Amino acid sequence: MPNTSIMTFNILSILPVLILAGFGMMVLVVDVLSSRKMGEKNFLAYLSLIGVVIAAFLSKNFTGTTLFSFYGAYTIDNYSLFFQFVFLLCAGLTILISKNYVQRENINYGEYYTLILFSTIGMILMASGADLLNIFIGLEIMSISIYILVGMKRTRLTSNEASLKYFLLGAFSTGFLLYGIALVYGATGTISLRQIAVFIAGKGGVLDPLLLAGMGLIIVGIGFKIASAPFHAWVPDVYEGAPTAITAFMAVGPKAAGFAAFLRIFFIAFGQVHQDWEKIIWILAVLTMTTGNIIALIQTNIKRMLAYSSIAHAGYLLIALVAANNMSVSAILFYLLAYLFMNIGAFAIVIVISQKEDSFLKISDFSGLAYKHPRLAIAMTLFLLSMAGIPPTAGFVGKFYIFSSAIKSGYVLLAIIGVINSVIAVFYYLRVTVAMYMRGPEREFQPLTLSPFIFVAIIISIIGTIQLGIFPAKVLEIAQRSILLLR
Amino acid sequence: MIHYLPILILFFIALGFALTNVGISEILGRKRPTKEKLTPYECGVEPVGSAHERFSVKFYLIAMLFVVFDIEVVFMYPWAVAFKSLKLFGFIEMLIFIGILLICYFYIWKRGGLEWE
Repeated sequence: MPNTSIMTFNILSILPVLILAGFGMMVLVVDVLSSRKMGEKNFLAYLSLIGVVIAAFLSKNFTGTTLFSFYGAYTIDNYSLFFQFVFLLCAGLTILISKNYVQRENINYGEYYTLILFSTIGMILMASGADLLNIFIGLEIMSISIYILVGMKRTRLTSNEASLKYFLLGAFSTGFLLYGIALVYGATGTISLRQIAVFIAGKGGVLDPLLLAGMGLIIVGIGFKIASAPFHAWVPDVYEGAPTAITAFMAVGPKAAGFAAFLRIFFIAFGQVHQDWEKIIWILAVLTMTTGNIIALIQTNIKRMLAYSSIAHAGYLLIALVAANNMSVSAILFYLLAYLFMNIGAFAIVIVISQKEDSFLKISDFSGLAYKHPRLAIAMTLFLLSMAGIPPTAGFVGKFYIFSSAIKSGYVLLAIIGVINSVIAVFYYLRVTVAMYMRGPEREFQPLTLSPFIFVAIIISIIGTIQLGIFPAKVLEIAQRSILLLR
Repeated sequence: MIHYLPILILFFIALGFALTNVGISEILGRKRPTKEKLTPYECGVEPVGSAHERFSVKFYLIAMLFVVFDIEVVFMYPWAVAFKSLKLFGFIEMLIFIGILLICYFYIWKRGGLEWE
């Protein structure tokens, strides 16, 4: 274990977080000081984007270092740095696709950008937390910001409903998580993940009922955040009601953060009792994939369809969690990065197509798009094919590594169920493509204005999706270096 | 687990105590309801209107703001007690904390959160 002796305070280790917090507050103050009208405050987006870029550069500076700061509560290793990169990229792309969207929908508040930055802070803390309480605090910072963001479109009832629903259910699930943490603390006398592992090793790898119950409750709490199956009921309504840019953000960010915490808790603290949790996660994975994919088949609203597809993707990621080998960690990291690109890209195009007041969100509204706006249709097809896992896209490589990691650990049946599920998924992804290419337009397409910001976001997503699909080696190598220091 | 047995026993004693008392008063108590007795208690004043009214959301806002700045003071008590051992580090930490709260205060003020109208 390198550098565990350096148990210092070391405030510089959270420099990216501090920068994000500082810029978040700056956006708030600049917003209230400005006398411009709401629609004209472009500088809010610029300012928050600058904050994200600076934080990304600072985070990059830590590459290769492993250190524990805040007396062992916060850790920097390649694993948490990879996640920091994913979160910052997610926040940056969300700001890019938001800038014109928030002006169009009249929600260009300074709080919008501030809350995106704050929830990114929460995600970073979650991925870097080396004890349960730090992970919990990160999760709360992330969730509370997103509860508000979901309800940002205050004049629309669905947005209010989504926000309240997410808040009530989220608070409930947080209770589960906290109760689980309390039970684990009660059983082991520590909240540090490594100390818990030491405790379990001291008991010869046998869990007493208290610890087992705590572990189960933690699975429920985090399972809610990553939208896994028995805890997924909130997903479609919340994803549909939230402003589209926020839907893109919360489909990637909290899921990645949830998996970051999930992996760290279950590989480090409960790594030795793999046989005690693999069956639960096995069932969760199968349920999540199947529910997500089957219900997605009958959706007519594109946001709801992408919501169920996001549930299904959580299921694929859980397969790798069950496998629990070094390959599965890098597979999850790679898949999350690929999912980031294809998901934000798809939502960016939904934003462009839906037009003012989100009027066009039905799948039938996409019919004939290829004749009117061929380039948008090609981009959308690329993202959907990538989600379906068709080569040569990022989604294919991601799924390939996830299923190989499952087979490597001997979970052949699970991998087969995963493959069957991806085949089912192809149907509803292709349905949109078929509508775009093989049907005539069912409505008048107004001239679409593609602002430079959302254009850049779509281009970045396209490049990411293709590059990860054709040349995955470089990113995979980084992901493989980011594996957790097991045990 | 056996260490927690007293807590379980205490739990049942407490539950039994509460249920017994409520039950006994229910059985033995005389019930002579009058109109006056059944009106809701409003600090001794005659009730005005129904209690099921819509409240202005402003009360909620004020309550939230109160909690935020109340917590500040709660946080400062233990800090003041431990101030000597924390030395300069604790002082700077508290300055940062109050600085952040000041920014919040400024934001609330400028946003109009403190205006009633």
